[in-house]
Amino acid sequence: MTAATDFMNIAFIIAFVAVAFAQVMSMIRLVIGPSVGDRILALDTMVVNAIGLIVLLGIAQGTRIYFEVTLIIAMLGFVSTVAYARFVLRGDIIE
Amino acid sequence: MSFEIIGIYAVGVCLLLGAGFALVGTIGLLKFNDSMTRLHAPTKVGTIGIGGLLLASIIHSFVYGEGSLHDLLIMAFLFVTAPISANFIAKVNIHKRSCDTPPLPPRDDTWSTLNVPEADRELATQDDTPAG
Repeated sequence: MTAATDFMNIAFIIAFVAVAFAQVMSMIRLVIGPSVGDRILALDTMVVNAIGLIVLLGIAQGTRIYFEVTLIIAMLGFVSTVAYARFVLRGDIIE
Repeated sequence: MSFEIIGIYAVGVCLLLGAGFALVGTIGLLKFNDSMTRLHAPTKVGTIGIGGLLLASIIHSFVYGEGSLHDLLIMAFLFVTAPISANFIAKVNIHKRSCDTPPLPPRDDTWSTLNVPEADRELATQDDTPAG
């Protein structure tokens, strides 16, 4: 039992560090991205990584109260990505 | 070895799998050198990365307390909307003309599609015009 729990705790730490590092790297791409498409893609990846961080926080605290937070952030991320891409494509969001 | 120990090991393996795919996909987003190539890498973050983390959350809730399958809703939503947003970003790249000419080949050379002979120029431009 202790060996399994130790393995899971180490996996928690590795996963937190990896996803936080991924968030920082996509932020670098958001800053240096040469074109608008790269910046939209970096924002989309940042939303997905934020969902991963919130799921990891919910597992670490052992609660289920972050479920609605994650679902709403997923919906807002998709809608904002589509709205921004549509603004670049058409010059207008609602025609 | 009871089911609880197997579940705890499964949580650890799913966490490592999801976090590893998230890290690799974002490294690809940072390191690739073309807009359309960069679009390819973060799709792994949205599918296998988040899928692994949510699967770890589901197994963890079944091991330590009453189980819940709520996370399947997030997984289904992300898997449905990821191709749509990728399609929109690809449309933005095409609209911004960042993928008109392919990148330069490694040696002093041109791509064969760009080196059209003089006699075939009109035929090539006719082929390139979109229908309608």
